[in-house]
Amino acid sequence: MTSARDITLAVNPPRAAFLNFPLGHTTGKACEPDLQRNILVEALSSFETMTVPGSVKELSFRWSEDGEWKARAFAEGDDRRPRHDTPQYQNDEDRRRAEQGCFSPCPFCRC
Amino acid sequence: MAPVDYIPRIRDNYARLGYKTYSWVVNTDTPPWAPLSKPLSRCRLGLAASGGIYATGQVAFHYKDDTSFREIPTNVDTKDLRATHFAYDLSDARTDPNVVFPIDTLRRLVREGFLGGLASRLYTFMGGIYSSRRVTEELAPRLTARFLEDGVDVVLLVPV
Repeated sequence: MTSARDITLAVNPPRAAFLNFPLGHTTGKACEPDLQRNILVEALSSFETMTVPGSVKELSFRWSEDGEWKARAFAEGDDRRPRHDTPQYQNDEDRRRAEQGCFSPCPFCRC
Repeated sequence: MAPVDYIPRIRDNYARLGYKTYSWVVNTDTPPWAPLSKPLSRCRLGLAASGGIYATGQVAFHYKDDTSFREIPTNVDTKDLRATHFAYDLSDARTDPNVVFPIDTLRRLVREGFLGGLASRLYTFMGGIYSSRRVTEELAPRLTARFLEDGVDVVLLVPV
């Protein structure tokens, strides 16, 4: 999957499916499970239909009727977060659980 | 509608900010090709996603060329998934991780019979690694070894 067509063309993977959505939505829009499903069906079908190495399938879905999101797709300046070399948790509870070694796929072993 | 051209935009922005020129990965050789050996409805699929997804209880990714990956059990409860990344807007991924880690979507496609099955574990990493050498030498071979161990027929890669 890719939402950055030119970067993927440069990398030149064996197969790719391009979804023309803003970055951070490579497999669909939030809370739209039917759209997410249809995107993956169209993308994964390429495994059965593509025959030429380096093919990029253009998926048919649109983020919006106008292309307004593209103007905001890359703001000038640098809005990336600082590149800390310590774990960056979504919240403090996650930090506490990780520091206590809580992760386990077993539902009975959760802290 | 035409795609956004990220390479010239990033190149110009880096120049304006006085950063060193970013060196894009450019592969000009014909990519390797492995034809699918059976229909998707009989394939076991593996997943690697770069959006910085982890499950609560796991150590989160850091933002400085983190070449580690997390193993996410395929039967994970979606509400236990978190997103961390320094370079993209996380709001939608935190609302619904399926936008960068299509776990519910893939499980649904198995239920519908579109896919034969999923590997028992899926992989995530934090894609902002500014060294293609480290990706090629450290991350990619470890993930490849996992996919071989997991016995998958196809792998879906989901970058951000």
